[in-house]
Amino acid sequence: MTEHAENAAAFVANGERLQWHDKAVWFMRNKRDVARAAVPEWEALRALASQIKAHTISRLAGYLEQFEKNALAAGAQVHWARDAEEHNQIVHGLLEKHEVTRLVKSKSMLTEECHLNPYLEARGIEVVDTDLGERIVQFRKEPPSHIVMPAIHLKKEEIGVLFHEKLGTPEGLADPKALTEAARQHLREKFLAAQAGLTGVNFAIASTGGIVVCTNEGNADLGTSLSPLHIACMGVEKLVPGPQELAVFLRLLARSATGQPITTYTSHFHGPRPGTELHIVIVDHGRSKMLAREEYRSSLKCIRCGACMNTCPVYRHSGGHSYGVTVPGPIGSVLAPHIDPKKHASLPFASSLCGSCTDVCPVKIDLHHQLLAWRGELAAKGLVPLGKRVVSRVGGWVLARTWAYRFFGKLTRLFAPLLPSALLGPWGRQRDLPKMPRESFRAQWRKRAGPR
Amino acid sequence: MPARDEILGALRAAAPAEVRLPDLGALEAIRYPDLRKRFAESVAEVGGRCILARGSLQEELAKLPEYTAAKKVVSLVPGVARANVDLEAVADPHQLRDVDFCVLGADLGVAENGAVWITEHGGKNRAVAFLTQHLAIVVRGETLVHNLHEAYAKAAIPSPGFALFLSGPSKTADIEQSLVIGAHGARSCVVVVVG
Repeated sequence: MTEHAENAAAFVANGERLQWHDKAVWFMRNKRDVARAAVPEWEALRALASQIKAHTISRLAGYLEQFEKNALAAGAQVHWARDAEEHNQIVHGLLEKHEVTRLVKSKSMLTEECHLNPYLEARGIEVVDTDLGERIVQFRKEPPSHIVMPAIHLKKEEIGVLFHEKLGTPEGLADPKALTEAARQHLREKFLAAQAGLTGVNFAIASTGGIVVCTNEGNADLGTSLSPLHIACMGVEKLVPGPQELAVFLRLLARSATGQPITTYTSHFHGPRPGTELHIVIVDHGRSKMLAREEYRSSLKCIRCGACMNTCPVYRHSGGHSYGVTVPGPIGSVLAPHIDPKKHASLPFASSLCGSCTDVCPVKIDLHHQLLAWRGELAAKGLVPLGKRVVSRVGGWVLARTWAYRFFGKLTRLFAPLLPSALLGPWGRQRDLPKMPRESFRAQWRKRAGPR
Repeated sequence: MPARDEILGALRAAAPAEVRLPDLGALEAIRYPDLRKRFAESVAEVGGRCILARGSLQEELAKLPEYTAAKKVVSLVPGVARANVDLEAVADPHQLRDVDFCVLGADLGVAENGAVWITEHGGKNRAVAFLTQHLAIVVRGETLVHNLHEAYAKAAIPSPGFALFLSGPSKTADIEQSLVIGAHGARSCVVVVVG
């Protein structure tokens, strides 16, 4: 079995739970479809969004310089980090300088990617994730399983048990409303006690030097409006040229993610709050390498809506944790091999190549083509298990020769029913072979169509 | 080489031939036959309540139990009788932790998503907009626009400064996708359309 399949084994073993997870995630996909149907110009918006991103990444350095200049003019301070380590050092340096021991964070996939939390915790800083879902998984000492809904793999009863232990809620309490209220009270205290707030960045506006942060809970706003230090961490790809382009992405983002017409809070920060500091950390961490690769370049367009996860049959049936990376699902599977092709070699195979991810992507990333491209590249690098390589090689040889195809088709019809299903490997364990037809399609077609 | 120059250099070296920026003017974005009606519907859909005011602001607020029960009230809009905090005089935003009700004005409202554009929020004390238990936003009817493109064409983005699109009350669906209103911010959000 490949690594993704091995990781998914425990998740898949619980059939009832798997069905529940599948439905929960598909529910989000349905909400997206309803939201999409209310916008007649949806496809035109997607095309525009894709073109705007293509333009922006084609002159990213120029836009970053423009953004930096305007951000500085607005009073922000700008830092640059080549990789995760440098990013973590910069953030820690800022916190150290301000003598911060209590930090509140709103959702930032970049800081997850850089493993910032353990880095800071090892240096004596209390880090509190304030997004409800993220706080839940932080309590459980596990990573988010979805980039928009970090705790979608958990049932309310499990969260009830967790909150009973961590927050002292009554035993057996599993009502989402009551649990959310308990988290509200708990996190209010954390917001009020924090000495600094850290946020991600959904969009950075080149023409104004502002950053835009989207949340539904209001945690980014609470976290940055009380303390004297706001640190905002962003990948280099977050740029948009100006506010008019921003409008296109904001119309697509929440609709694609959760089916909302816009997030509750869409906050535009230009410089710090009076009397405080705003530090923006701009991070590369493999993105310039991605830009250099034409076949994968468009994955830099991603706005992290999660729609590709919600629609993906493999994600829904294996859970986010099976991917073993910060961003799971189809987009995660094309991003991860850039960072470490050997470690993440199984991810591009965690797909049926059905193309549904490509269809829902609001910025039209050709996700299933990239997954296929990675398969070829990983095979060429010798990073694909031998069995898979042999089967692919033999399959390719057979399919390229009509006579061989006919011959092996006949063999399969005759002998496949006699074989034990274990020969099919992991596939065979939960599946029965279909009944073999007596004649090939070609033969049936000839009979039906009659002589020409 | 400093990280900045190295990153910009790597991005320049890796960049493809420049792709043209598309013309946004050609987009035919959604418009609604009745702006006020659609705006009110959108506010309701995002968990808020929209009041198309007939009387004065104070008369409309007086009908809200969240307002009449509020002890500590902040208003940045004139004509709110129960307002009893001078935001300018608050030295530390932490002092706003027990605000019950806050009234803010918005520059414009967006029919497609029920969002209002807020630029006046107390500046250094803008925490009030997020700490308050309940929120009322006042927006003038003639400022309503159909969609977000029109909103950005009209909105002035303060710089340096802070501004936000606010669409309904604070919410989360992080526990089994059950929508819960009142995550960290306001538990209720009333939008009063005046004029």
